[in-house]
Amino acid sequence: MADKKTLTFAIMDGPYENPRSTTAFRLMDIAARRGYNINVFAYEGAVNLPLTTQTPHANAVHGRDVDEENHPLPHKWIKALMAEAKNNGGEIDWVNCGLCVDERGAHEAVEGCRRGTPGDFWGFAENSDNTLVIPTR
Amino acid sequence: MKVLQIIETAYRATIEEQDDTIVWVTHAMKGAGGDFSVLLRGNAVNYGVKDQDASGLAFGAELQTQPPDLAGDVSKLTDKGIDVFYVREDAEDRGIEVGSLIDGLHPIGRADIAGLCDKHDQVWHW
Repeated sequence: MADKKTLTFAIMDGPYENPRSTTAFRLMDIAARRGYNINVFAYEGAVNLPLTTQTPHANAVHGRDVDEENHPLPHKWIKALMAEAKNNGGEIDWVNCGLCVDERGAHEAVEGCRRGTPGDFWGFAENSDNTLVIPTR
Repeated sequence: MKVLQIIETAYRATIEEQDDTIVWVTHAMKGAGGDFSVLLRGNAVNYGVKDQDASGLAFGAELQTQPPDLAGDVSKLTDKGIDVFYVREDAEDRGIEVGSLIDGLHPIGRADIAGLCDKHDQVWHW
């Protein structure tokens, strides 16, 4: 792909808090569908996004059992984004801030997510076409 | 590549982290070879106030022994050669006088922020 891009995202929000995380995933999805390479530096609460211990639940208010509810799990979204990128010739290099992981005990991450440092973020940014930070507020 | 770090979200988790996470990550990336300037705006201009003191926190018998030292951490950025700017009007709006700030900070007017951005390859707004 002649115009293949590499984009870096720095994200900070944990799951189920606000729409910024979903917005970040939407942007990554577009990039993945275009076959771009995507770097993610998950900082602070965002290291909980790929946590595989997230589990779905039924929802009595909705009147749905666990299967019908099909509750969204961010770690599954991340797996799906990684698969989408791969299917289109790109890849997602997801780095969790290691100290942030330790603080939160968020060690059980989706396969393909790796532990790293802010130095990885700087390296991503230096070698990307552009970088977008989506901080918490 | 030179990056302008605009820090606007202030005092987020500074007690738990014992620092500001964006000031911290700037220190860490500087150590990894990054080239930065920093602009404190909004409530984050208070990071430059030298007499702030967050010590003394205790929950029952659990004492915090290493409280955040935000002004000290910002001062260490300048020690590393990082230009640290603050928005003059944001400081004035909060009654922060120049004499209460740590040395080495550069005031900048709101109208000049765009020009400061233009002097950097990327702008990361936190």
